[in-house]
Parts: sequence; structure tokens; C-alpha cells
Amino acid sequence: MIDQESIQEPSYLEYKGKHKGIFAWILSTDHKRIGMLYLFSILTMFSIGATIGLLMKFELIAPGKTIMGPQTYNAFFTLHGIIMIFTVVIPGLPAVFGNFLLPLMIGAKDVAFPRLNLLSWYFYVTGVSLVIISQFTGQGPPDTGWTFYAPYSFRTAGNMLPAVFGAFVLGFSSVLTGLNFLVTIHRMRAPGMTWLRMPLFPWTLYATGWVQLLATPIIGITLLLVAAERILHIGFFDPTLGGDPLLYQHLFWTYSHPAVYIMILPAMGAISEIISTFSHKVIFGYKFMIASVVAIAFVGYFVWGHHMFTSGMSGTALYSFSLLTFLVAIPSAVKVFNWIATMYKGSIDLQTPFYWAIAFIFVFMIGGFSGLILGSLATNIHLHATHFVLAHFHFIVFGGTGFAFFGAMHYWYPKITGRMYDSKWANTGLLLFFVGFITLYGPMFYLGMKGMPRRYYDYDEIFHAGNIVSSIGSWVLYSGAAIIIINLFYSLKTGSRAQADPWGGKTLEWTIQSPPPVENFKEQPVITKGPYSYI
Amino acid sequence: MSTITENDRNDMSSKLGMWLFLFTEMLLFGGLFIVYTIYRYRNSTAFHLAAQELSVFIGTINTIILLCSSCTIAMSVTAIRKKDKKMALMLLGITIFFGLCFLTNKYFEWGSHLREHIYPGSKLLALRGQGDVLFYGLYFFMTGLHALHIIIGLVFISIVTYSILKDRINSENYVLLENSGLYWHLVDLIWIFLFPLFYLIT
Repeated sequence: MIDQESIQEPSYLEYKGKHKGIFAWILSTDHKRIGMLYLFSILTMFSIGATIGLLMKFELIAPGKTIMGPQTYNAFFTLHGIIMIFTVVIPGLPAVFGNFLLPLMIGAKDVAFPRLNLLSWYFYVTGVSLVIISQFTGQGPPDTGWTFYAPYSFRTAGNMLPAVFGAFVLGFSSVLTGLNFLVTIHRMRAPGMTWLRMPLFPWTLYATGWVQLLATPIIGITLLLVAAERILHIGFFDPTLGGDPLLYQHLFWTYSHPAVYIMILPAMGAISEIISTFSHKVIFGYKFMIASVVAIAFVGYFVWGHHMFTSGMSGTALYSFSLLTFLVAIPSAVKVFNWIATMYKGSIDLQTPFYWAIAFIFVFMIGGFSGLILGSLATNIHLHATHFVLAHFHFIVFGGTGFAFFGAMHYWYPKITGRMYDSKWANTGLLLFFVGFITLYGPMFYLGMKGMPRRYYDYDEIFHAGNIVSSIGSWVLYSGAAIIIINLFYSLKTGSRAQADPWGGKTLEWTIQSPPPVENFKEQPVITKGPYSYI
Repeated sequence: MSTITENDRNDMSSKLGMWLFLFTEMLLFGGLFIVYTIYRYRNSTAFHLAAQELSVFIGTINTIILLCSSCTIAMSVTAIRKKDKKMALMLLGITIFFGLCFLTNKYFEWGSHLREHIYPGSKLLALRGQGDVLFYGLYFFMTGLHALHIIIGLVFISIVTYSILKDRINSENYVLLENSGLYWHLVDLIWIFLFPLFYLIT
């Protein structure tokens, strides 16, 4: 135990640089401060996106118009999608926890390019601003959905250009973060930290970095083409000029499917850390975990066609994409198996982060299995573009990445802030969050199978019951999230001081004081064994 | 195993970062090459006829110019390594001159198309059929994006030239120059693909 007197070095929170006040943060190149900048930006965007989602669920509580008209609803689901996808879940874990923890976990002083790191955050803010500007200028907000499908995206009167450029700039931010992490992991691991001694969270960041680097440029060029289509009428995606809207869908999903793995891989990494720490046991099948991460990242490139099963592709393409989609399930199942096997005969410490990890595995499995139903060609025809897809997607992306994000926040909170949070309130929040989540998205599976389409602001009377349950779930979920976030903020002031290693973790970040000093490590750590050395 | 936590500057890391960035640039154009391939396959006759209208002469000149400029910037790296500041500055000056020549040629080339009312969205072009619309759409978009990269490259090279003048880049620390060189080579390389795709394959 480290008591306060023995802490010599000022933490990164107290450090006085050459800038004062807010500039000490927004001009800082310290990876820890940049991680915090991202955390606050992303939490802000998450609150906006969640509130829009809440309003949409309120609209759907009864058939017909409840609180908003169809056009507003279209604008809302577009904004909800853009905010949640491009500004929350894609940067979520890498930009916040990756930035804060990657150098700590591999024993480095900072990332490879600290100034580029700060620049990435500015790109992020610019992208967010452009998206917000698109809402209030021009002839009304964008109404295409976050997918910007052609040809509607260049025919709608909605103000598409700022939104499209915003997404482009956000992509740039994502690429630079990925590039930074790749170089950091290649060049800055502590002496003795071989590839097979690296913890799993950095491993997932490494795989994510490659996906960010190799997939994002495709969406970049696609969005530029949409912009060119609107401004110059070049006709690549315009059927009246000889172009092919289907080509847009191919290009879009060539990025946007791997993007799902940008979201989920670091989530899996964080969950692996949590499960190992609270089971006090070395992660089961460490090498298989790495292999499955790499396999998911690799196969993830070749499954984009499953978003387009009803768009019109050849039979061969349909079968191939369906088969490849099923293949992704194998490494994902390996991971779930290994998490459970890690707990087996472990000495489990039931703390809040561990509850989050359990909840993650539960919703991730439901999301994963429903993905297999959608990946199968025959059932896909029935379920395509229904609420079933909506439920599957939210179970994976919100249930997967969202739960892992909150889990990671509760796991690394003592390290980041130097305080403990009130675990009673944290658990209450989690319970509400979990119950609300299942109540909100569970009925959507049923509604989808009954044939309720997504993205409609109105529906038939026969869907009423399911929608009432779902809307009530949204209130429970929202209050759960509010309790969690308020509790974490409140604990910043009132929480007891955190020790260096409150959970008994074995990775490098727990060997230094909480919160970490500016220079991270007093002495260069030398690694002599694997990352989870519990005996 | 390499560790560099003690050094703030690390040339290997910078170069690795630059190479990774070049991957993203290649994929950016890669998306366009896919679009090109598909539309060339679907409209082979129209693409064949339209390609014959482009001036192979200007295209060839521009290719030679870019190849020479890649040569001069590579030579400037060697010059700075040999502490020959004057030579390095002169070679970078020539590189910038070549880049500007390329843009000037492009300006006249595009200008002649515009005078003939051949540009995306033009009614005259639309009358010639969908294959021509797509060919010229691709031509303007891809060479336009390439020209934008030339301009960005020139800005970088100018900054590097200024830094050499101020001795911030010298025989001890020239990774910025090397990275600009890498970027310039990539821009050159992309042109090596654009040139046959638009001018030579008829």
C-alpha cells in the first residue's frame, strides 16, 4: 500500500506546464491528458446521442405522431447514427483508454508521436463541429441515415456536405490514432516485453490500428465521391449518368464492416484485462486470444457483403459472404470460451468492473447469435432492414462496445483519477442499465420477426405492445446511465484515495502510483515474464 | 527489442509512421482504382474512344518531369547527408520547379478540356453518353486528387527547404527531408499508374 506521504512525484493531474487553466489541457501533448480530453468529448457526444435515442423511443411509444413529425424523426435517426458511430463507438475505447493506458501497459513514456496525437483530437473536434454545423445550416439537417446511401444522399435537400466532410475528418482522426499506436507498439515496448509478453489490451489496439489504417481510407474516398457527386455531378453512383448505386454500398461497407471490428476489438481487450484481474488468474489460452483477435481483424475485411444480401448480388457472392460471415463466429466464440475458462477455478473478486464484464459476455453472446441468424441467407431475406437488425446491432455495438467502455471506466477509474468510486451506486446503476438495455432492445427481436421495419416513425397497431415495453426500457436504461455517470463525477471529489493497485492487477499500469506521474515510470521497467503472472 | 523511451526524437519511428501513412494514401487511391476498373469493364468502347482524345504528348512530358523530380529529391537527401547544404538546396529548388511545371501542364490540359465543354456536369458531355461521362468524371477526379497531392507535397518541400536554410534540418537530423521525399515518391508512383490508365490504354 502506498500512502499519500510516500508519493514524491506530482501526478499528471497536478503537473504545471507552461500553459495555464484550460490551455494546460487542450495544448498538452501528454497522452494521459489527451485521453482525458477524448473522454470528456466522447461522454458529451454520448449524452447527446443517447438523448436523441430517448426522444426517438418516445416517438415510437404509440402509433402515429407522438412528439415529432416524420422529417424530424429522419433527421434524428441520422444524427443519432452519425454521433454514436463516428464520434462515440469508433474512437471510444482506442482514443480514451488506448491513449491513457497503451504507454503505461507497454512501459513507455508516451506514444510515438505526441504532437500528432494532440492533432488527432483537434481533427476529432473539427469533425464533430462540422456534424453539428450540418444540423443548423442549409436547407435542413441530413436525413439519409448514417450510411449516406446513394443516390438519395446526393438528391436530398438536407444539408449533406458538412456532415459528409465531418465524417471524413473524423476518419482522418481515427487513422492518425491508429498509426500512432502501431508505431508505438512496434518501437516503444519496454525491454524484455516481447510480442508474447504483451497484455491483451495493447494486442487488440494493435489489431485495431491496422484495421483503422487499412479500412478508413476507403470510406474517406467514398465520402469525397459523394461530395463530388453533390457538387460536380460526376455520376459514379448516379444511375441516370451511368453510375451504379450498388458500387457505393460496396465501397461504404468495405470500410464500415471492418469499422465494427474497430469498435469491438479493443472492447474485447479491455474485457480480457478485467476478467483476468478479478479472477486472479492468468488468462486462459493467451496465444489463442491473440490469434483470435488477429483472425477477427483479418476475416472482418471479407464479410462486408452481408449488409447487402437483398441489394442484388450474384449467387456466388451471396454464398461466399454468408460463409465468411459464419467464419467470424469461430474466433469470437473462442474468446467467449476463454473468458469463461479463465473464471473457472479462479479466485473471483466480485467488483463492479467484473459485473460489467459478465454483463458484456451475456449481451455479446445474444448479439453474436442473432448475427448468425442474419448471416444466413434465407432468414436474412425475412429480417433484412427490420427491427431485428436494429436489435442485433445495438446488442453488439452498444451491448459490446458500450458495456466494455463502462466496464473499462470502472476498472481503470482508480488509476486515472486516483480515487475510488462508490461501488453501491455503481452497481445500482449497472443493474438499471442492464435491465433497461434488455427491456429496450429485447422486444426489438420480436418486433423485427413480426415484420416491423427500422427507421419508420410510424407503425401498425399490431406492433404497439412491443414498442411500449421497448420505450419503457429506454427510460430505465437512460436513468441507469445517468446514475453511473453522476456517481463517477461525484466520486472525483468524495471518493477515498486509490492505492497503486486496488484490484490486484498484474499488468504494468498497476505498478505505478495512482494517478500516474507525468513521466509514467521512474525507472525504465524491464519485463521478465508474461503479462498475467498469477500463481 | 528496441526501446527509445529516453530519446525524444527517433528517426526510425518517424519513418515507420510515414510508411504507414503512405499505405493509407495508396488505399485512398485504391478505392478509385476499383471504381475505374469496374466502369472500364462496363464501358470498354467508350473508355477506349475517350482515352484517345487525351494528349499522350503532355502526359509523357509530365511523367518525365515527375520522374526527374523524384530523382532530384532523392539526390538532395544524399547531398544533406554529405553536409552539402548548397547542393541540397539547389536540388530541392529544382524539385519544386518540376512540381510547378507539372501543375502548369495540368492547367493547360484541363483548360483545353474546359474550353471544349468537357467537364463533369456539362450538358455537352452528357450528350456524348454515359461511358464518356464516367471516363471524364474519373479523369478529372483522379488527376484532380493527384494534383492536390502534388500541391501538398510542394508545400512540404518548401517547408523543408526553409528549414534547411535555417539549419534546422542538417546532416544530423534530416528525417523530415526523407519523409517528404517518401511522400513525393508516392505521388510520383500514383502518377505512374494514372498515366497508362488514362492516356496509354486505348
